[in-house]
Amino acid sequence: MHGPLWLILAFPLLGFLINGIFGNKFNRVTVSLVACGAVGISFVWSAVLFFRLIALPPESRIYVEKLFDWISAGKFNAAFSFYLDPLSALMILMVSGVGFLIHIYSHGYMGHDESYARYFSFLNLFTFSMLLLVLGANLLVLFVGWEGVGLCSYLLIGFWFTKKSASNAGKKAFIVNRIGDYGFLLGLFLIFVTFGTLNIAQITEQAPRLLASGGILVTIMTLLLFVGATGKSAQIPLYIWLPDAMEGPTPVSALIHAATMVTAGVYMMARMSALYMLAPLTMGIVAAIGALTAIFAATIALTQFDIKRVLAYSTISQLGYMFLACGVGAFGAGIFHLMTHAFFKALLFMGAGSVMHALSNEQDMRYMGGLKKKIPITFWTMLIATLAISGVPGFSGFFSKDEILWESFASPQGNILLWIIGVITAGLTALYMFRLIFMTFYGESRVKSHIEKHIHESPSVMTIPLIALAVLSVIGGYVGIPHLLDGSDRIGRFLEPSFAHFSESAIEGHHSAGTEWLFMIISVIIALTGIYIAYKMYIAKPELPVAFAKKFKGVYTVLYNKYYVDEFYGYTVVKPFIKLSRIMYNIFDRVIIDGSVNLIAYITEWTGEVLKWFQTGYVRHYIVTFMFGVVIILGYFIFR
Amino acid sequence: MIQIPNINISIIYPEIIIFITAVIILLVEIFSNGKKWYAQSIIALIGIIVSGYAVSNQWNSFASGFSEVLVADNFALMFKLIFLLGALLTVFLSIWYFRREEIQQGEYFFLILSSVIGMMILSSANELITAFLGLEVMSLPLYVLAGFDKKKLLSNEAALKYFIMGAFASGFLVYGITFIYGATGTTNFDKISMVISSRSFGIDPLLLLGFILILIGFSFKTAFVPFHSWVPDVYTGAPTPVTAFFSIGPKAAGFAILFRLIIKAFAPIGGSIIPILWILAVLTMTVGNLIALTQRNIKRMLAYSSIAHAGYLLISLVVGNGRGASAALFYLIAYTVMTVGAFGIVILLGEKGEKDLSINGYSGLAYRYPAAAVVMSLFMFSLAGIPPTAGFIGKFYIFSSAISKGFIWLAVIGIVNSVISVYYYLRVVVVMFMKPEIQAGRVVCFPVSLMVAIILAAIGVLQIGMFPQGWFEAVRYSLIGLF
Repeated sequence: MHGPLWLILAFPLLGFLINGIFGNKFNRVTVSLVACGAVGISFVWSAVLFFRLIALPPESRIYVEKLFDWISAGKFNAAFSFYLDPLSALMILMVSGVGFLIHIYSHGYMGHDESYARYFSFLNLFTFSMLLLVLGANLLVLFVGWEGVGLCSYLLIGFWFTKKSASNAGKKAFIVNRIGDYGFLLGLFLIFVTFGTLNIAQITEQAPRLLASGGILVTIMTLLLFVGATGKSAQIPLYIWLPDAMEGPTPVSALIHAATMVTAGVYMMARMSALYMLAPLTMGIVAAIGALTAIFAATIALTQFDIKRVLAYSTISQLGYMFLACGVGAFGAGIFHLMTHAFFKALLFMGAGSVMHALSNEQDMRYMGGLKKKIPITFWTMLIATLAISGVPGFSGFFSKDEILWESFASPQGNILLWIIGVITAGLTALYMFRLIFMTFYGESRVKSHIEKHIHESPSVMTIPLIALAVLSVIGGYVGIPHLLDGSDRIGRFLEPSFAHFSESAIEGHHSAGTEWLFMIISVIIALTGIYIAYKMYIAKPELPVAFAKKFKGVYTVLYNKYYVDEFYGYTVVKPFIKLSRIMYNIFDRVIIDGSVNLIAYITEWTGEVLKWFQTGYVRHYIVTFMFGVVIILGYFIFR
Repeated sequence: MIQIPNINISIIYPEIIIFITAVIILLVEIFSNGKKWYAQSIIALIGIIVSGYAVSNQWNSFASGFSEVLVADNFALMFKLIFLLGALLTVFLSIWYFRREEIQQGEYFFLILSSVIGMMILSSANELITAFLGLEVMSLPLYVLAGFDKKKLLSNEAALKYFIMGAFASGFLVYGITFIYGATGTTNFDKISMVISSRSFGIDPLLLLGFILILIGFSFKTAFVPFHSWVPDVYTGAPTPVTAFFSIGPKAAGFAILFRLIIKAFAPIGGSIIPILWILAVLTMTVGNLIALTQRNIKRMLAYSSIAHAGYLLISLVVGNGRGASAALFYLIAYTVMTVGAFGIVILLGEKGEKDLSINGYSGLAYRYPAAAVVMSLFMFSLAGIPPTAGFIGKFYIFSSAISKGFIWLAVIGIVNSVISVYYYLRVVVVMFMKPEIQAGRVVCFPVSLMVAIILAAIGVLQIGMFPQGWFEAVRYSLIGLF
């Protein structure tokens, strides 16, 4: 392994600087070339490093690169260093690869936007930050990336900031993320106090010695980190920002709010697996939150009409799966699903973008329908992604999701309840995803008539990334064929050294292959049932959904209004907080703080004015002051 | 048998080089016609650089000469380099200014260089009479320089006031020297120190009186409150490059001799004057800053701010140990570059005659000349002590030296004072960036020589501020043999 790793980061950063500073003077093609080229080179270099890493024997697949001593103050020492192991190698490959495709897609999608250079410079900055996050060898570097992606997310959600809803969504995302970051930071402090270092490798190595398994310290530590993860990865209770984040440009939703940034929480927990494995209680909470989020978001997705919002809730739901995996100690499965999800969810978002592109930015599925023939490439690629996310055997999502479901039952941390929730969610996933497909592409066209004539397939610069991702959505799963299907689970074995594992004694007996088969078949059947219900409701009998909505009006309204969670937060948190802020502002800040500051300033200035009188301009007065000084000093020595 | 005194002329090579340069400039003035201003300025620059080279050659030699009257320890050499740096930058500031004001007479460089010789002697002096000689060699050209713009009333007034007050202060100094001689029978620093410490019974009041009078004499040059009242008038009236020179050279020279007196000659009784220095430091910082707050004229504001900076430096004198001295040296280097930079911008933006030097005159400058506004802000930030500039590190160094010796309150007062100073420094920035332009027709040209001074100062401010390590080493080395 001979680096340098920093090259991977250097190009997107350079792209950001070039486009950020000179972008407005360039024409659009130059801007795109710089931005896509930067990420492209980064991808190529990532791939080179990835394959070099693979070529090494498994036990030596670790490469640390120290750039410089960043902070060195007293006992605290943080080096700016990068860490390449199977986990981060896979992540950089995915981030730069998917990122590259989305950059290319953006060239078509954002082609008519005025702030073209600004868009691409932010996108490059995001790629840089995300790569920094996954490569950081200590938690402080990781945190820089963590905050960097948060910043870029804010900037890109509010990209069309003249739109009030967009700028609000940006703020919401940022503020909610800050709440999570607060927990994350506290976690970092606690780790530093405990270990005296923020170096991930050292923490991993020392954790079993310094921390009692199941102890209160490690539980609090991991819970705090988990709070950060719920913010970034949109889990209950901090998921509320992600649906609103759809105000950003669609490629941004694909890159940041589906494929990469929102998975940062999962990545971080996998990275800190050594700590999590010591905290069974936290693991239980993580698994429960994950499962709950998965089913919760899936039910909301059932009733939404905005195509991007459906996908947003679907993302939250799928992230729930990944947390479930981490919670039962199946970090490898979680990361595997993270990867396949990146492929098919990025594809779904970009497909949705392509649909919107065809329909003059229409997002409401009630005004779509019958698009199958008109935009065939978009249709076929999206269908593949939908099959993948629904867990239809043969597609990538099947392998990763099945592994999670199996682990949620079979792992020492797992239980049947988690599995049931997971399986039901799988059914719901198939249902709402095919609802999306059917409402968008099948049936009668409900497109507004003035748009109808302009429907067109997107240019090839947009469709080629779709096709590439479609291919990945199909074959992406074959790196992780489970042993059950005569596969060798290559990705699982590859990632193994990066995680902590259950001790042999914790794994009580092996479940028989028969059980595994049974569970797999059940989950497949449930997924297929979901598809069938969707077919029944949205193609065979389109009047059914309306009837259902009428019949179960209460449930429907609650789901349609997303369980009123935003309203709940509004009344319990936001409103009282604003009220408190007002009081603080009017009384504490305006009267006490400003008042005392102004008073001090006034007194200071007044003293200056008084002292100025001594400066008369007459030498005789100056001599008097001089002599005054002399007399006082001599007087001090005489009378002391 | 006649004793041949130990001359060791080599230790005054730097002074000799400056002297020869000054004489050449005078000769050029006398024997050549036509355009000679640039030639003279270049001669001055060459002389300064060569002299600087000569100084650096003496580094670590610790020579002394002329019957131990002059010493060339690293401390003195470091100060000499600071003077030369100040002189170098002043020459760059002057070239264009004096052309604009149409007073380009070669005597100017002669006077600057002569004054530098005085400073160098002052920093090397190991004996009271020599120190007095150095002070006068430094001061006499300064009186003339203050009144160099002889057609301007203010300039004349400045010269006269400075001269009268200066003579008055010199009186105290000489008076003090006589007491010391009376009390100890010597004027040599080493011997004074020996005599004092050989006496077991208390402090001789005569000695203390002499010491205090000497301190007062030098306090005039370094402008400690209440011996500062000449500063605003003189700084405002003198030609701007001269003002810059005033606020760096003589001040540094004053500190050089004060340090030598306190840590060497009067070290045995140094402790007894700490309360006085403490109060002077507080007064100097506070009064300087408070009055600067009310100023509307940039030159006058900088004059008061220079008083305040003398106050910060006084803290290091109170600390009085190696750490304090090295902090002072560091601060003086930082102070030199940032002050030259600020005055450089004042020169750049002034028009002929400098009728309007009000801070409000800079309104909206950032729109028309963004680069100049940014650089001026850099100097203001540095003077206010905001990172990552030289001023910040300098203040940090001084305050931490105070804390390390237990002068917590002094450091606190210093920090409060630098908060006050932020107000008037940042006002310049605010006016430049946030106020609409009022002088719409203002046109600024960017003469090369002036730009060299400003850019060098800006680089210096940032370099010292961001990579201070090398400078720390340098000032630490300059204390070798002193403590």
